[in-house]
Amino acid sequence: MHIVVCIKQVPDSAQIRVHPVTNTIMRQGVPTIINPYDLFALEAALELRDKFGGEVTVLTMGPPSAEDSLRKALTFGADRAVLLTDRFFAGADTLATTYALATAIRKIGTTFGEPDIVFAGKQTIDGDTAQVGPGVAKRLGLLQLTYVAKIGKLDLAARTIEAERRSEGGVQVLQTQLPCLITMLEGTNEIRRGAMVDALRAARAKVVVWSAKDAGVEDISKCGLKGSPTIVKRVFAPPPRAEKAAFVNPGELPPADALIAELFKRQPKLEGELVALSRGF
Amino acid sequence: MSEPTKAPAPAGRASTKKELPDHFKAYKHVWVFVEQERGQVHPVSWELMGAGRQLADKLKVDLAAVVIGPTGEAIQHAAAEAFCYGADLAYVVADDVLADYRNESYTKALTDVVNTYQPEILLLGATTLGRDLAGSVATTLLTGLTADCTALDVDTDGSLAATRPTFGGSLLCTIYTLNYRPQMATVRPRVMPMPDRVERMATRIIEHKLGMVEDDIVTKVLSFMPDRDSAKSNLAYADVVVAGGMGLGSPENFQLVRGLAAVLGAEYGCSRPLVQKGWVTSDRQIGQTGKTIRPKLYIAAGISGAIQHRVGVEGADLIVAINTDKNAPIFDFAHIGIVTDAIRLLPALTEAFRVRLSPHSRDRIAS
Repeated sequence: MHIVVCIKQVPDSAQIRVHPVTNTIMRQGVPTIINPYDLFALEAALELRDKFGGEVTVLTMGPPSAEDSLRKALTFGADRAVLLTDRFFAGADTLATTYALATAIRKIGTTFGEPDIVFAGKQTIDGDTAQVGPGVAKRLGLLQLTYVAKIGKLDLAARTIEAERRSEGGVQVLQTQLPCLITMLEGTNEIRRGAMVDALRAARAKVVVWSAKDAGVEDISKCGLKGSPTIVKRVFAPPPRAEKAAFVNPGELPPADALIAELFKRQPKLEGELVALSRGF
Repeated sequence: MSEPTKAPAPAGRASTKKELPDHFKAYKHVWVFVEQERGQVHPVSWELMGAGRQLADKLKVDLAAVVIGPTGEAIQHAAAEAFCYGADLAYVVADDVLADYRNESYTKALTDVVNTYQPEILLLGATTLGRDLAGSVATTLLTGLTADCTALDVDTDGSLAATRPTFGGSLLCTIYTLNYRPQMATVRPRVMPMPDRVERMATRIIEHKLGMVEDDIVTKVLSFMPDRDSAKSNLAYADVVVAGGMGLGSPENFQLVRGLAAVLGAEYGCSRPLVQKGWVTSDRQIGQTGKTIRPKLYIAAGISGAIQHRVGVEGADLIVAINTDKNAPIFDFAHIGIVTDAIRLLPALTEAFRVRLSPHSRDRIAS
């Protein structure tokens, strides 16, 4: 079987700094990583391949430097990597991103074999929208299984797959037809340590690099900023609250008592509510 | 690649000209998708009705609820309730193939209603259901979708101004969908305040046929396993929340947060780095990528207060911050601060609360 995994290279956001004066992002020297949510998708794909045979192709859209993340995915054991990179893709919102990715997945299908499953992470840590997976599925006419906690029975002959999907009040056990798109929930598996043979292969591997034209994009106006129905009108730091926190100065009192006194002074009703809560009312 | 890659255009410099095509000019009114699963309306839907009411009033248009689900009492009740939370009318798609949420049938239902009755704004809750549905509907309609908004407003030209955190939650941005309709946005539970429920008659209910039979739907629901009540965290809707951050220093010290929460009858939570480090499970994360909370009391221990955390807690009535760094950003939005080591203060605070809140507390009887 053929599995395509969509990944994204993201800034290691814990280390993002905002310039104190200009309020702009200081990108210099910020290390990049594979979006952590995507690793659960990659591992799920590799496990299926190990069990059923076939190939895993990883796909990303990004600047040329996103090749680093693809190579990393190869060291984990992916068989092939495709980088979609073109200045026409810059500034894409979710709709324009799904257009580019869906086009590339079609091209992957005709070039390397039609995918049985397309995987994606639940969301990215920089955009946080969780909308690209469903959008790609819709564009490709694939059935979608989102927030999957566990993949169950896969019957390649009957072309069916079962999965446990997290919903608001419980878990739905769903069965659908291949080909489908799956977004994996976090914490559902752990990315393997790549084998030495994969590391060596990854170092030598040639990443497939496609421009918009190479990928078969016919209408450039559907890509990037031009193809994005949403417009970012303003980026800003949230205004600080007018008054800063009132600092508790314990003085003679033990700090815990001073803090509690300040709390109840400010909100006298709170004590009664806490008494009720602490007794489980 | 043959051509050099130009850096993406900086956000904010994109074309912001409004040239709404004629066929979109008929799109009017604000809609809220009322999410119900297994007969229960998700509270985020009523929170959105509150936000939607304000948008509709500013635009001087109607607020409509869209309810999708199986036939029966539950869906009629949900539609009637929508009026008590501010709806002027409700669209109902009731069909027994909609008994369980499935992307195929719900996408068709919502897309058809939108294409038939043409709203200018469509709001959905950013739940697992809402996010599954919103992406499919927006892509089908080829319109803009702004996910996980923290503020919604109407601009002077009548456009929806949807604000959300960006760059991993370090800044906020305001996003417009100027030339496509409907303008879609999702909002996470608890981001908007719950409006007051006012008893009102259900007046205009418009039924819409699904036009789909079970055989048309490929995906089948084999079973549903409801969460055990004990395993459910009620973090988003808790009255008191205690949370810990990197200032706790080690995973073992997170026990101090749980201890205080237990004495207060509170829910416990954490900041994002603790989830990323694997100290705490992700269902306990508070902030933009975790839960948004609006408790009466929020105690943040050893949390620095990055913007992505701030947007998740700003709705709290009273925020208490404990941090060793007096310049930590959390003190910019906390109401009460104490500059000290949370690891030392938490055990003392737990004990002091235990004594104070116990049935035999002298302090309380005296005061």
